[in-house]
Amino acid sequence: MTKSELIEAVSSKIDVPKNRAEDVVNAVFDAMTDALLADQRIEVRGFGSFSIRKYRARKGRNPRTGSEVQVDKKKSVHFKVGKELRDRVDTLNQ
Amino acid sequence: MCQFVFEENEKMTMTKASIVDSVYARVGITKKEATDYVDAVFEAIKETLEAGDELKVSGFGKFEVRKKGERVGRNPRTGVEIMIPERKVLRFKVSQVLKDQLNGKRE
Repeated sequence: MTKSELIEAVSSKIDVPKNRAEDVVNAVFDAMTDALLADQRIEVRGFGSFSIRKYRARKGRNPRTGSEVQVDKKKSVHFKVGKELRDRVDTLNQ
Repeated sequence: MCQFVFEENEKMTMTKASIVDSVYARVGITKKEATDYVDAVFEAIKETLEAGDELKVSGFGKFEVRKKGERVGRNPRTGVEIMIPERKVLRFKVSQVLKDQLNGKRE
């Protein structure tokens, strides 16, 4: 599913025109993106939480050539699934 | 003092309530509508993933359901071995665009 398909699903779920659903879906992801860029955590109960993980600079190795390379410090986004969603996704054990 | 702590918390964690506030500020709808619509967005995402479908949001990231095989686990406290059955788990991969923005490599 892509964002435009999500917009269609939301539009029929809440019975609003597609452009309104589009504004809402975009606003949700814009808000979350802005929060992460401001180093904020995001916690949505039943869904999950997003947090920024910081990784130190380190020496790495090119696995193909074996030569040593400098890996810069970096930030990434970590997602931890919430209990409700975790249980709902695991349809094999319900 | 109390105000300060409150602001500090606001800065640290975005909750569904703050997402609703932000949607309310950005889209011309009532607070009640913003609450219902944000709930609908998360519920629609959950239904998609529950169906085993993946969700790709450009500029944000990708959620996908992966199947994990059965394996033997061990209770770390007692050392007792147990069989962990085949299961499905959710994985999130952040978009390269967002990752670059986080690392100051892109506006």
